[in-house]
Amino acid sequence: MTLVHFQLLSAALFALGVYGVLARRSAVLVLISIELMLNAVNVNLVAWAAYNHFDKVTGLVIAVFVITVAAAEVALAFAIVLRLYRARGSVNVDEIDIMRG
Amino acid sequence: MDLVLFYVIGFVTLLAGAGVVSARNVVHAALFLLTSMAGVAAAFVLLYAEFLALVQVLIYGGAIVIVILFALMLTRHGEFQVTAEHRRWPVAAVASIALFGLLAASVVLDDRARGTDARVGVGINRLGAELFERWAVPFEIASILLLVAMIGAIVIARGGGSDEP
Repeated sequence: MTLVHFQLLSAALFALGVYGVLARRSAVLVLISIELMLNAVNVNLVAWAAYNHFDKVTGLVIAVFVITVAAAEVALAFAIVLRLYRARGSVNVDEIDIMRG
Repeated sequence: MDLVLFYVIGFVTLLAGAGVVSARNVVHAALFLLTSMAGVAAAFVLLYAEFLALVQVLIYGGAIVIVILFALMLTRHGEFQVTAEHRRWPVAAVASIALFGLLAASVVLDDRARGTDARVGVGINRLGAELFERWAVPFEIASILLLVAMIGAIVIARGGGSDEP
């Protein structure tokens, strides 16, 4: 079990998240896929830290910050989705074109 | 032994990830996300990052999945139209497979990633000391970020004035 294994796991998770973001229609499901991608990045950071390829605390600290930002992002995204649902009665990302110029 | 554990954990994590992006039922998707997060936490344990595994279970399992389930309950997801994939989903599949190929190739060809099996853990003591000394300012900024996000979420969700776009 070397660093490559964890990096491949991380890459596969990230690709799954990208697929979800591109293919899903519900805003909440897109949000869930973004969480998947953030997790993949965390696996990568922690793996690099554990295999001592750079200062080993830095990777862990940045992973902590990623989790913090993910929590903040989910709260805000949830608020926006709720507001959007109240305004449009739908969370389908295809129908949301309010910002179209 | 470790390798077997890694394969089991990786298999579960990726299977649950595939469930997240393909489940028809949105609640199932959220529960698959929970499983996937648990798998990632197990991978953190394999990497001797116990504190992060703990935080992962607490924040993702305890907070984020709950918030997402609330979001699902408070919005209507009944109709097929919303839960179905976009009709151009094959393009998305090709794009994500291509991305995986690119990432995998760059990982496999990277010499630095090869070699040792030796992993080192960082104790919680050292992580905490580092977080409050060298990373003190970013840490405080992160706390302000959380506060701002919380207030912003309340303001946005309560709304005010007209909801018309």
